[in-house]
Amino acid sequence: MTESPIVVPNFFFGRFNLEAIPYHEPILVMTFIGVAIGGAAVLGALTYFRLWGYLWREWFTSVDHKKIGIMYMVLGLIMFLRGFADAIMMRLQQALAFGGSEGYLPAHHYDQVFSAHGVIMIFFAAMPFVTGLMNYVVPLQIGARDVSFPFLNNFSFWMTVSGAALVMTSLFVGEFAQTGWLAYPPLSGIAYSPYVGVDYYIWALQIAGVGTTLSGINLICTIVKMRAPGMDMMKMPIFTWTSLCTNVLIVASFPILTATLALLTADRYIGTNFFTNDLGGNPMMYVNLIWIWGHPEVYILILPAFGIFSEVTSTFSGKKLFGYTSMVYATVVITILSYLVWLHHFFTMGSGASVNSFFGITTMIISIPTGAKMFNWLFTMYRGRIRFELPMMYTVAFMLIFVIGGMTGVMLAVPPADFVLHNSLFLIAHFHNVIIGGVVFGVFAGIAFWWPKAFGFKLDPFWGKMSFWFWVVGFFFAFMPLYVLGLMGVTRRLRVFDDPSLHIWFIIAAFGAVLIACGIGSFIIQIGVSILRRDKLRDTTGDPWNARTLEWATSSPPPDYNFAFTPVVHDSDAWWDMKQRGYVRPLSGFKPIHMPKNSGTGPILAGISFVLGFALIWYIWWLAAVSFVALLAVAIHHTFNYNRDFDIPAEDVVRTEEERTRLLAAQVNA
Amino acid sequence: MRRLRLLALLPLLAALGGCKFEVLAPTGDIAAQQRDLLVVSVLLMLLIIIPVMALTAFFAWKYRQANTEARYEPEWHHSTQLELVIWAAPLLIIICLGAMTWMGTHLLDPYRPLDRIGSRTVVAAEDKPLVVNVVALDWKWLFIYPEQGIATVNELAVPVDRPIHFQITSSTVMNAFYVPTLAGMIYAMPAMKTQLHAVANQRVESRGFSANYSGAGFSKMFFAFRAMSDSEFGAWVREAKGSTESLTRQAYLELEKPSEAVPATFFNEVDPTLFDAILNLCVEPGKMCMKDMMAIDAKGGAGLESATASLLPLLHDKHARRGTVIGGAPSYVVGICTPEELATALTLSAADTPAAASRRADSAPVSGAGLPIPGFSPALLPAFTSPLLPTSEADIGPRRPSNS
Amino acid sequence: MSTTVTATSEAPVFYEVDEHPHPEGHSTALGFWIYLMSDCLIFAILFATFGVLGGNYAAGPGPRDLFDLNLVALNTTMLLLSSITYGFAMLAMDKERVKATQVWLVITALFGLAFLSIELYEFHHMIAEGAGPQRSAFLSAFFTLVGTHGLHVTFGIIWLVTLLVQVQKRGLVTANKRRLMCLSMFWHFLDVVWIGVFTFVYLLGMLR
Repeated sequence: MTESPIVVPNFFFGRFNLEAIPYHEPILVMTFIGVAIGGAAVLGALTYFRLWGYLWREWFTSVDHKKIGIMYMVLGLIMFLRGFADAIMMRLQQALAFGGSEGYLPAHHYDQVFSAHGVIMIFFAAMPFVTGLMNYVVPLQIGARDVSFPFLNNFSFWMTVSGAALVMTSLFVGEFAQTGWLAYPPLSGIAYSPYVGVDYYIWALQIAGVGTTLSGINLICTIVKMRAPGMDMMKMPIFTWTSLCTNVLIVASFPILTATLALLTADRYIGTNFFTNDLGGNPMMYVNLIWIWGHPEVYILILPAFGIFSEVTSTFSGKKLFGYTSMVYATVVITILSYLVWLHHFFTMGSGASVNSFFGITTMIISIPTGAKMFNWLFTMYRGRIRFELPMMYTVAFMLIFVIGGMTGVMLAVPPADFVLHNSLFLIAHFHNVIIGGVVFGVFAGIAFWWPKAFGFKLDPFWGKMSFWFWVVGFFFAFMPLYVLGLMGVTRRLRVFDDPSLHIWFIIAAFGAVLIACGIGSFIIQIGVSILRRDKLRDTTGDPWNARTLEWATSSPPPDYNFAFTPVVHDSDAWWDMKQRGYVRPLSGFKPIHMPKNSGTGPILAGISFVLGFALIWYIWWLAAVSFVALLAVAIHHTFNYNRDFDIPAEDVVRTEEERTRLLAAQVNA
Repeated sequence: MRRLRLLALLPLLAALGGCKFEVLAPTGDIAAQQRDLLVVSVLLMLLIIIPVMALTAFFAWKYRQANTEARYEPEWHHSTQLELVIWAAPLLIIICLGAMTWMGTHLLDPYRPLDRIGSRTVVAAEDKPLVVNVVALDWKWLFIYPEQGIATVNELAVPVDRPIHFQITSSTVMNAFYVPTLAGMIYAMPAMKTQLHAVANQRVESRGFSANYSGAGFSKMFFAFRAMSDSEFGAWVREAKGSTESLTRQAYLELEKPSEAVPATFFNEVDPTLFDAILNLCVEPGKMCMKDMMAIDAKGGAGLESATASLLPLLHDKHARRGTVIGGAPSYVVGICTPEELATALTLSAADTPAAASRRADSAPVSGAGLPIPGFSPALLPAFTSPLLPTSEADIGPRRPSNS
Repeated sequence: MSTTVTATSEAPVFYEVDEHPHPEGHSTALGFWIYLMSDCLIFAILFATFGVLGGNYAAGPGPRDLFDLNLVALNTTMLLLSSITYGFAMLAMDKERVKATQVWLVITALFGLAFLSIELYEFHHMIAEGAGPQRSAFLSAFFTLVGTHGLHVTFGIIWLVTLLVQVQKRGLVTANKRRLMCLSMFWHFLDVVWIGVFTFVYLLGMLR
């Protein structure tokens, strides 16, 4: 399929027909065969080892925030690999398509690849990573047994999976959007994108968006309502603070995305005129609305990363965080300001000079609290005892790389400068600089930091360092050339080039992408090796890094109920404070613990949502109607279940805690 | 500024020879000022970036665990003086940058007519800028020179040292008009006019392109940009005049169809109403112009009767452009046979029926009333068309993009 | 500073011996309130859209050609009355009177249905006149804003019926009271949004 077919829908299959399967594209066929073989192997293994029941009971239906957090991370990793495959394909195409060569990707395919790369990396890789870490860590950090709404948490996760599954489906059934990751109309309107690509985009984001919004509400309530006694707002760990701000941003921005996409949907499905050229529509309104969501989204990703770096810096410097209060205020200020800068994404749309300078200056103002944060980390290291474990290495790399990205960001915030750099590869280099240097390194630091908490053993340091160096060096090779190319006036999303002087830079960038691929490979090897060597890497203390916050007060991995007794907090570094003042772990007096029950409704609802989305994308109206009714019926049925909790008997608690006592004693004796 | 320009050349030395840093080495005054702003802002920020990076490296090294010589103060976490410095230092830099931004943005507003063509040369009041109307088509660029009465595709020539006033629109989707050596970019959007004032200070052969992704043929949507001396420009215009093709509405509709990598083409004559019609989405015969529609809207709409009229005169690309199937054609009663009748009916119901007129506070005829339908009058008949043309810079019809 | 604390004679308490109470539903009110605010944002976007596009009639009919204020006033009355009756239902619930609660809820649902019927009649009438959502950006924005509100009312009624059944089955247990309270917030929220629609779309539309 070199371009989108035009299909007249029929009743049973809607727009779907055999044309929709891209069997004449060798790349996709090979991918499909690979995925099919790999998938069949995994499914076969699960069946052979009789793991389905276990997975369903213990994981898929679990309402335990820890398990959901881990599942988010797995989802993020899978989608990250898919998004990275897209990145490699783009780098290869741009390195090949010179001097009259068309490269190996036709426009119809290449345009899908860059759209999918952006959508997947932001919505289905970065968001699950960030949400996963928040889900896992926040309840533990605030000394809670679970989140406020455990069932909703499970449902939110599966809705995200459902959205991701739709994007993956688009690879082999039909096509994905060829519009760029924000799908500006009129290009994304029905007149210019008549086939299923944009519909996949819309429904994947809408379904996943439900999950994201609900999980935002859930975590806000958790942080506001479920903190351990004594933990007032100014004693919350910084990661919890940044999570709170992130979730406020989610709840206050994702509805905007939902509404905006709904209007685009109405344009495409009903024939309304919000963003059309005709009949009074206004495409510029879409650009405004999507960025009113889009800019806070950037901070949704980066704030938790800032939180991780704060925890890591103070833990590995063996020091209290410098300037806790100013760190908190900086976070809050960033949260608020992130709503006042959206227009800097389109200075070139012809707004007046005053409007442009207002948004340019507000953007620069954000760099003040960000700069303050940077100094706070710096002075946390000052007079510390820095242990260069993997999370700390990522933090130092972040500090060095992120300031470069911050500087280029402020350059782009000067409207006249933006007029020459907007949409160029300089812009691409800038946001990869902050997202890789900030979010990705933050996530890797977080994974290395909290892995022992989640699984009871540390990650292998050798392969971790390999991964780290490949990432850092690869990052410079992959993105510094893009800064250069941007200054040479090369714009984004180009498929072919004819200026030979650009070629060398694209080859360097492709080489950088290969190094990053090695970094990702090393990361996966690191996980594999660590699992194999888990007995050597075992952590029996629950506190392998001599850390500072409450999640390290319990065992690794924590029991289902997190804490046998609810902790009482006296300091922002609660666990450090407990260690300093001779806290003795209670060994008796255990009571039954009230916990929420697992529920299969979440995965079922999400599965039906997937079918609904698929039916709507392909215009299979009867199926859409059926699945919508089913969705309502299952949801209502769920509300008739009043029996949602149970008690973990005291004996079980005693057994778990005695096991831990034994482990701790073995540690001391050894 | 002279010294700064030298600094801007530094990356050139560092990079491999032969690279063209078009953004850093412009040949037009506007782009040069934009470049200067870029360089100054970088230098300002380096004031704080370099110390931070140096301190990061230094602290990381000095306070490493192995260095037991270094002081260790695990409880030290607050210092009011330091806090003051770490908030004030970025603040001061942002104040400088902010002031620069405010001034630079206003001075370099692309909508602002030029008052200088170089750092020392002021534009004389009587110098009229060269007007170039730019249309982003699927996937090529159309340049109309109203003064010269010519048009070109994928080739933009301008005389050196004369201010140029670009008026930019697009036929279908969003694009961005960008010539890196000349001036910054500005979006080209359908049914809207954006503007750019610029000047070329040196003879140069470079290129421009769309800087906003616009579909499958986007990668090859570039054009030659040639800045030349006045005499060369005169010769270039004569060459265009020598072309055998003329850009009528019919020819435009043919040209507008999607195509890729179109070679440079010249048109010796242009329908003087064409750009206005493109801007108002009414090149095609029988279409109502956007500005007329908006004039009717400003009067409060065309009354209930208009709801049952055919929508065809108002539809530009819906259901038509790239073969969509959903919804089918709009199912409205078509009670009128020809576009003329239809337009009459529409405008009548808008203003002239007594009921409609009395209902509205302002009963003056709407400006859209009684207009000839473009394309149905001989296109180049000046007597017929001249009242249509906008007489001033005030944009009649399509909105000036605004986000305020 | 920890040193100052340890200087005091009493040993600090680091955990609660008794089970820390987090009863089920203790943060439901807060959570539902945050949800309502997120929903409010969706309406804010739709209002803003109407504000931008509300004058783009595309040489078609405008609000004065289409709106019938008498009908809308009747409609508004229905919704306002339904809010009052919901208030009575909540009062009855507080007094643990199951039957009265149910009766008031049924009345609320009937008012809600009346509201929806009038709205559907209005929509049908406009579409029949050729002024459907496809006609102009103004009408697109109108149908979407008013229609989204109507959709919310529809789901509110489905929810209300579900709760009626649940109250019938289990009586006014804590969980049901909590749910009735959430629906109450939802219902009054829709009322407030409708006041906005009535003012901003209908009244100001007639003045345009």
